[in-house]
Amino acid sequence: MDKRTTAAAVVAELRDGMTLGIGGWGSRRKPMALVREILRSPVKDLTVVSYGGPDVGLLCAAGKVRKLVYGFVSLDSIPLDPHFRRARETGAIEAVEFDEGMFQLGLYAASIRLPFLPTRAGLGSDVLRLHPELRTVRSPYADGEELVAMPALPLDVAIVHQNRADARGNAQYLGPDLYFDDLFLGAARRRFVSCEQLVETADFAKSGSLHTLRIHRGLVDGVVETPGGAHFTECPPDYGRDEAFQREYAAAAKGEEAWTAFRARFLDLAGEDEYREALRAWRGK
Amino acid sequence: MTAAAASPGPTRAEVCAVAVAECFRGDGEILASCFGTIPAIGARLARLTFEPDLMMTDGIASLAADVVPVSGPGASSAPVAEGWLPFRSVFDLLWSGRRHVIMIASQIDRFGNHNFACIGPHAKPKAQLLGMRGAPGNTVSHPTSYWVPAQTPKVFVETVDVVSGVGYDRAAAAGPSAQRFHEIRRVVSNLGVFDFATPDRRMRLVSLHPGVSLDEVRAASGFELAVADELAETRAPSADELRLIRERIDPEGLREREVPS
Repeated sequence: MDKRTTAAAVVAELRDGMTLGIGGWGSRRKPMALVREILRSPVKDLTVVSYGGPDVGLLCAAGKVRKLVYGFVSLDSIPLDPHFRRARETGAIEAVEFDEGMFQLGLYAASIRLPFLPTRAGLGSDVLRLHPELRTVRSPYADGEELVAMPALPLDVAIVHQNRADARGNAQYLGPDLYFDDLFLGAARRRFVSCEQLVETADFAKSGSLHTLRIHRGLVDGVVETPGGAHFTECPPDYGRDEAFQREYAAAAKGEEAWTAFRARFLDLAGEDEYREALRAWRGK
Repeated sequence: MTAAAASPGPTRAEVCAVAVAECFRGDGEILASCFGTIPAIGARLARLTFEPDLMMTDGIASLAADVVPVSGPGASSAPVAEGWLPFRSVFDLLWSGRRHVIMIASQIDRFGNHNFACIGPHAKPKAQLLGMRGAPGNTVSHPTSYWVPAQTPKVFVETVDVVSGVGYDRAAAAGPSAQRFHEIRRVVSNLGVFDFATPDRRMRLVSLHPGVSLDEVRAASGFELAVADELAETRAPSADELRLIRERIDPEGLREREVPS
């Protein structure tokens, strides 16, 4: 089956109020081209589930997020995304914050069709106080341990970014960490992969070992080729984080005027071709 | 730089680094995870001296076979990986208990409850900080210590606004599963070293850094501090330790930015 599609077609599947999972980690291998396409769309009131980076910041800044389910929101070299910070400090979004490990177990539970997974993480902390809907569960065995029952985090749609993919939806990561992209896809009803480059299936072996093929086509409904699609987050070995641009992004978040200018220059554009053109012009300045 | 014997005496930052290194004494072959410059120096120092089996990450997804300077590997020395440690493996490892983490405390109370999530109510915080991150899971899974680069009553607080890292009273209230692997080993601040070796697990001042008075520490604490019967002075770095810190671990002097002399 040929699953090649476009960013616009992926985003056309989103409906107001849906739960959207976004792969990657912080400012690392985020499906930013798809996020930018969401910014161009009228969709709103999303519940966003993410180990957040600028994906979350941009969606918050655009008023797309009603509820955020997260482990953290960081730009790595900048500890906190400034738009996320503002959204939190103005109470603009409902925040469902989990311990990073609990978050993984929620995705894992959803991906293997379990209602919850037990964990020690969360016991005694304010994660449980802040989310009274969370329950504990007692081990049925002799130990009798009482553990957190981390609920599954099912997703309507998941988007992740990989280095390579084929037309059938198999995908390959070539960086040091898969993060939890496979779990995001596994937890979702509709699953989309953007990639730096579409390749023939036989060519995966030229770029990396068998171990880099962690996303098989059974986990994927659509594939979008988006060169530079993780910009400005890192996507090694294809490219590192664009630290200069990330600083520009963070600085622009400090005031309304600067942000309006940033949006006009880099976001309120017709598509990725125009985005790359705007980047070329910015770098040439 | 000249030989340590002829170089100036230890700075406060260097004393703090040694105090952090001491947190790892006896840990053996576990992952030493550090946040902040002084903890990163301390863990490296422990590994290069009395805890040679400690494991460390390169901050990305590898276990580093060698001790890399805190400023990162130089151009001439490519770091050697001794293992692969993507985030998924970090969670497995920390839940298995083979880790000791040193986290920075934005707030900490007398029972070791820790906050770096936010200041003010969580629903609409006055200041959003890092968030919960891995602190809830870390603190109930393996030993945790804390680093406080600038101790004030706003950091050593009566009550933390949000509990990200679990303290002794909260672990006890949550029950045996929360307590089973819970250990807040030590708090190192720019002023002194603290533990929780009191009958009710309240924080206790164990040693003062050279040149710091008890009154100074009390004034920098927002709660009534227990004080060890035999209040000691934090041990000074040996000549060998000073040389390692200054020449091998932190030749660029990043430690001065975190704890200025």
